[in-house]
Amino acid sequence: MWKNFPLFPDKATELAGEVDQLTFVFLAIALFFSLLVATLVVYFAIRYRRRSEGQIGEVEETGIWLEIVWSAIPLVILLGMFFWGAKIYIKAYRPPSDAVEYFVTGKQWMWKFQHPEGNREINHLHVPVGQRIRLTMTSEDVIHSFFVPAFRVKADVLPGRYTSIWFEANKTGTFTLFCAEFCGAEHSQMLGSIIVMEPQDYEQWLAQGQPEKGVISSGEALFSKYVCNTCHYPDSAARAPILHGIWGEEVVLGDGESVVVDANYVRESILEPTAKLVKGYQPLMPTYQGQVSEEELVQLISYVRSLTSGTAESQDSTAVGDSNESEGQ
Amino acid sequence: MSAEATTNLPRRVNYLNVDHGVKSWLLTKDHKRIAILYLVSISFFFAIGGLMASLIRLELATPAGDLVQADVYNRLFTAHGVIMIFLFLIPSIPAVLGNFLIPIMIGAKDLAFPKLNLASWYVYNLGAALMMWALLRGGADTGWTFYTPYSSMYANSEVILTALGAFIVGFSSIMTGLNFIVTIHRMRAPGLTWFRLPLFVWAHYATSLIQVLGTPVVAIAILLVAAERLLHIGIFDPAVGGDPVLFQHLFWFYSHPAVYIMILPSMGVMSELVTAFSRKRIFGYRFVAFSSLAIAVLGFLVWGHHLFVSSQSILAGVIFSVLTMLVAVPSAVKVFNWTATLYKGSISWETPMLYAIGYVGLFVIGGLTGTMLATLGFDIHVHDTYFVVAHFHYIMVGGAVMGYLGGLHFWWPKITGRLYPAFWSKISALLIFVGFNLTFFPQFVVGYLGMPRRYHAYPEEFQVLNVLSSAGATVLAVGYILPTIYFIWSMRYGERAGANPWGAYGLEWQIPSPPPTHNFEEKPVVTTEAYDYYTLKEKRVA
Repeated sequence: MWKNFPLFPDKATELAGEVDQLTFVFLAIALFFSLLVATLVVYFAIRYRRRSEGQIGEVEETGIWLEIVWSAIPLVILLGMFFWGAKIYIKAYRPPSDAVEYFVTGKQWMWKFQHPEGNREINHLHVPVGQRIRLTMTSEDVIHSFFVPAFRVKADVLPGRYTSIWFEANKTGTFTLFCAEFCGAEHSQMLGSIIVMEPQDYEQWLAQGQPEKGVISSGEALFSKYVCNTCHYPDSAARAPILHGIWGEEVVLGDGESVVVDANYVRESILEPTAKLVKGYQPLMPTYQGQVSEEELVQLISYVRSLTSGTAESQDSTAVGDSNESEGQ
Repeated sequence: MSAEATTNLPRRVNYLNVDHGVKSWLLTKDHKRIAILYLVSISFFFAIGGLMASLIRLELATPAGDLVQADVYNRLFTAHGVIMIFLFLIPSIPAVLGNFLIPIMIGAKDLAFPKLNLASWYVYNLGAALMMWALLRGGADTGWTFYTPYSSMYANSEVILTALGAFIVGFSSIMTGLNFIVTIHRMRAPGLTWFRLPLFVWAHYATSLIQVLGTPVVAIAILLVAAERLLHIGIFDPAVGGDPVLFQHLFWFYSHPAVYIMILPSMGVMSELVTAFSRKRIFGYRFVAFSSLAIAVLGFLVWGHHLFVSSQSILAGVIFSVLTMLVAVPSAVKVFNWTATLYKGSISWETPMLYAIGYVGLFVIGGLTGTMLATLGFDIHVHDTYFVVAHFHYIMVGGAVMGYLGGLHFWWPKITGRLYPAFWSKISALLIFVGFNLTFFPQFVVGYLGMPRRYHAYPEEFQVLNVLSSAGATVLAVGYILPTIYFIWSMRYGERAGANPWGAYGLEWQIPSPPPTHNFEEKPVVTTEAYDYYTLKEKRVA
């Protein structure tokens, strides 16, 4: 029990250093105020202890300035900490445009991963060091939460939609992945590991188990398998919206509302085509609910995104924050 | 006051001996007797909730899940949370001390609606009975937060019964709140203006507003979960267009303010203790009074900080973060005013004051770690870890329970007419303080290390801190068992207390202990500010 007894978590991203810095400064502030109050309370309690039975305290006027000062000082400090914390939060939840997208599916009680090259893993995720990696995540059942303490990142993994988080590991090694949102009987066994490797080792690892197709070409194959291409072909304007060049664009719906084309919208349009129908089109498309697996969904979505060349990554907005805002929920 | 003197005293009629028999208690409309009924009920449930906590700490003494099965463990922490929050913390100070003291503190004979008050106790027990029935059938395994879609579609346990119990208990809370609001508005003694009210009453007024406005929302959320389980209406099911995160919004819209339902009354107790044992008017009366209202109002605007990592938009996260920071200010104002009250006071180190001093320390740590959690960049890492568990136990146990015990030690002589042994009560206060810190401080560290909450088994590197925590829980348990023993002992063998054993200011100390059924022989007229020890002394000298 005394072996391997850390008091501070491992650090494997730049973000981890930034979070720790915030923590240390905040701890110093907390320590200062705790000691200040504790010292004053104990000092007063001893210095002004009751010396005779009938003794009462001295009459004292409320000091209005004192009240203002001790309201203002905490307020100013807390607002400062708020801005600092918000800066880190925005960084953590806004994946950079050059991040490589990996896919995560949580289910009771395991983590399934899919690499852009098509490799799949369960409970282990191999990634190269020094590469910005963005995880697009969804759940097949209840809410889970993707938490890697060494990276200081966490995001809930929800059924029925995508959330995302990103990281850039700056050292190699194996780091524990926890499920942080209670998800049922084996919640505490829903562990995994992120294995950070040197780029050449990663390439080698990938080559060993590489499937024939990457995520996008698998999506292309599915596009024909599910006969999406019979309506959504390049000059299909009459029957179905053209998918080329629409990723990240705003489209107007039948009811006059508009929506940005992102992973969550494409997902919804596959599973529930009539929910947000683009203006001018008939509700002809059948639902694919129950026919397409979560893995196939991300392949299809990746393919649709690839049809909008160049702007795909930068316009993308499946990040935790953006997707909500764009849907106006 | 020796035992000999007490036996020779003529028997005075008070609320305890005015009537005898079970019926006289179960059908009583006396707010003081209803307070005792509540005291018995919540003490029973505190013991059960505590037993669950002991089993949890025992399981966590080793990294492997070896004492109970995972599924049993999940039912244990769910029962611990549900019982401690709905059956102990929410009713604790308001339904026991508030019920007993508010009419007396404002110079009234009873609460505005005595029958409603008794009804609230029955409703509470009905809800509690449902929860206990659910527990005997195996209990729920969702955590006290009932998150969907786990609770609505996947959990295979007594979710509906447990939730229905919480739903019903909620109504008792609304009844109590309503009763307090009307009583405080309508039944104050002549001369007792709002700004002459004891701060205990202000704190309960603010608490009551939250109870009345917030509880219906959680009732709706709970009903929707039950409807989803029974009828599958789909409101939280994404497969048919529902939104599982909607539940979290509805739930925390009540349950965050509910935290203030639990902590505000204890702040009211603190203001009474600090002034009574400093024999001094509180520093910044109006600031302390209004800070209770500010906390109650702002408390309704911060629920989103429970959803910082739940897919809430970045903008919403930022707004909820800054609003949460604002709540910290009125809380800090209270702490500074209590501290300033001690300055040039006449401070005695009696047991209730030990609780008050301990409270300040623990509440400051709980509050400061709360502002850390409100800081977005920090929260991403510690959200849903033991850091959060430690934080809310510092507030709920270090704050609310310490305040409740401090208050119980302060007013016990008034309630029972007897004193408890000073030595043992000081020992137990010390044990609780030390045991509490040993239990929960290591959890801050293990949380920052990354140990998620609600884990039945955990990686080995977290063991040392968990063993410390379990050891602390043992000390804490002894600290809680001691008062149970000496309080019961004191009811028969304790020294007679007299009307005002602490030499404290306040209407409750001007009537006999235990008080007569109608509290006051004649309607009191209030001519002084609250905690006016100076005038009180002048009068005595004159």
